[in-house]
Amino acid sequence: MRLRLEARPAPSRAMLWLSPLLAALLAAVGGGVVFALLGHDPLVALGTLFLAPLSTLDGLTELGLKATPLLLCAIGIAVGVRANVWNIGAEGQLTMGAIAGGGIALAFGGEGRWWVLPLMLLAGAAGGAAWAAMPALLKTRFNAHEILTTLMLSYVAIQLLGWLVHGPWIDPEGFNFPQTRMFDDDALLPVLVEGSRLNAGFLLALLAVPLAWLLLSRTVTGFRLRTVGQAPEAARYAGFSATGAVWFSLVLSGALAGLAGVLEAAGPVGQLQPVMSPGYGFAAIIVAFMGRLHPFGILGASFLMALLYLGGEQLQVSLQLPIAVIGTIQGMLLFFLLGADVFIDQRLVVVRDARHA
Amino acid sequence: MSILRRSLLAAPLALPAFAIGRRAAAADPFKVGFVYVSPIGDAGWTFQHEMGRRAVDAALGAAVKTSYVENVPEGADSERVIRRLAQDGNQLIFTTSFGYMNPTEKVAKAFPKLKFEHATGYKRGPNLATYSGRYYEPRYLTGIIAGRLSKSGIIGYVAAFPIPEVIQGINAVLLGARSVNPKATIKVIFTSSWFDPGKERAAADTLVAQGADYLTQHTDSTAVVQAAEEKGVWCSGYDSDMLKYGPKTHTTAVEMHWDNYYVDRVKQAIAGTWASGDVWGGMASGMVKLSRFNPSLPAPLLAEVAAKTEEIRSGKLVVFSGPLKDQAGVVKVPAGKAMMDAEILSMNWFVEGVQGKV
Repeated sequence: MRLRLEARPAPSRAMLWLSPLLAALLAAVGGGVVFALLGHDPLVALGTLFLAPLSTLDGLTELGLKATPLLLCAIGIAVGVRANVWNIGAEGQLTMGAIAGGGIALAFGGEGRWWVLPLMLLAGAAGGAAWAAMPALLKTRFNAHEILTTLMLSYVAIQLLGWLVHGPWIDPEGFNFPQTRMFDDDALLPVLVEGSRLNAGFLLALLAVPLAWLLLSRTVTGFRLRTVGQAPEAARYAGFSATGAVWFSLVLSGALAGLAGVLEAAGPVGQLQPVMSPGYGFAAIIVAFMGRLHPFGILGASFLMALLYLGGEQLQVSLQLPIAVIGTIQGMLLFFLLGADVFIDQRLVVVRDARHA
Repeated sequence: MSILRRSLLAAPLALPAFAIGRRAAAADPFKVGFVYVSPIGDAGWTFQHEMGRRAVDAALGAAVKTSYVENVPEGADSERVIRRLAQDGNQLIFTTSFGYMNPTEKVAKAFPKLKFEHATGYKRGPNLATYSGRYYEPRYLTGIIAGRLSKSGIIGYVAAFPIPEVIQGINAVLLGARSVNPKATIKVIFTSSWFDPGKERAAADTLVAQGADYLTQHTDSTAVVQAAEEKGVWCSGYDSDMLKYGPKTHTTAVEMHWDNYYVDRVKQAIAGTWASGDVWGGMASGMVKLSRFNPSLPAPLLAEVAAKTEEIRSGKLVVFSGPLKDQAGVVKVPAGKAMMDAEILSMNWFVEGVQGKV
């Protein structure tokens, strides 16, 4: 008797959407076991992880703040993957967005200039788009794979930011510490909830969700992207340009990541520092797939990911648990998600060996 | 200003406030929070702060409840963590990395009744103090050891970022080395990260390949010491005693001791005598020192280091005193003059003999 994986004739759409929930449930159970082994009441610990951050207004605003860059980057990545264009370098595009927008803030920030902030947002999106246009050019002209080029350009962007804040843009009054001066008030995003850090950037990220959905499922452009991604031969036969799809999806996802970058700079950070993102561009790849590459799914996934960060901090503060515990739970979540996904497209069948039957 | 306020306020308030503090402590422990930039691990910058936290627990027992959040990225996230600790009832919060400066300042303004202490920064407020160690003093001594032990005269230095605190250490090692070997040079590789064992290891290997036969680091992991042990070159550790990672080659380490400072500050906060200010402790204060020496070091060298240690502690030897020249040979500090603290704190140039760019 052996076990074998066999392709399902028709993958269940319901299970496609239920598997992230199932994975979250299994990770919670697994996490509970870990907590119990560490000598904590599993229910108290799980409550601290998943519910405590949601129980205060402050926690909710922080959740929105943390989800904003993940959401923007993940939507861009998903649009690309639908067209079979793999943008792994959202981190770099985010950094370039922060540089471009931050540059505007440093150059023009002052008292009462209403146009500075909109210009920063545009510059941020343009900076990210320009950074993603390079892999697009390299792919369409020289057939260089975008997974490599986008990833490698990320490190270039991070080094460029490091050079700027160590050199020409360093705060002249900052004792030579590598950071720019703080932005002026007109270069900062307006706060949505008094006393919190949740700012107007969150609304832009939320707005991107229905717009991306409309683009992908209700426009000809979206149809072309998906066709190029799923059936390149058919797309060619229909006269859809593969080159156009590469350019469109990379520039769009670069612009969204760049926007995320300038929102960080003009929001919670308020200046440029050597590192503007603790890996949002990379975490967003996970978010995009956990959200099934669907804008509304990504909305949920980005909140779940943000919740894991916040809950992890809460576990350390309230229960004095080490950070490795939260890493373990994140790992379980991904493991169970990938595990569940195996069974969406395939099923386990028992093969009886004829000789022993 | 802060000293004045401390001495004026401390005397009349100390007794009654302490009594109140004691009564409150019986019912409700005094909560103290710590924010760490890297995982605690078992050696390094964060580990030393954790030793300080545990010293607070040991010294004050049930009167305090300490907690920490580790591996908190510098930047937007740290403000939330500090705020969370503040909302969670921590009345004194230590934020232990330079990049937490602006977030700590913001949260300190939002919670004027709580007390904050930021390590290695320069922004202060009525409820925000700063503290740091003069790491460059023991660094100078490791420079003497390097100058004596290195055959090639090339010291390899793995550093995180070219900020003043790091530059001070590099310059101090060179000055110490040149005090015994005028031809000594330093090669520097920056890793752009406080904690990245892989990058630190690669940088150490490169430096050895370039002829360095003494390694040291201004990063938070033990990777450089482990590399030195494997390659069989001398090294000195940073933050913590790292002898167990380099039993044959680890000469000593520049070690930080936050325990006394943390215990004192927590006691002051409980007693109501805490006041904002800036502490920059050198070897005389015990905040920085050299860890135990490798048993294989020759006795004359140990005697020399001991003598110089005494000179630094007594103030006879001032590390950054002239004549000091920069890499281009321009005299930055004339003979007979010592650098002011403000000048040391904003140091952004390498002394002659350091190879590398700020």
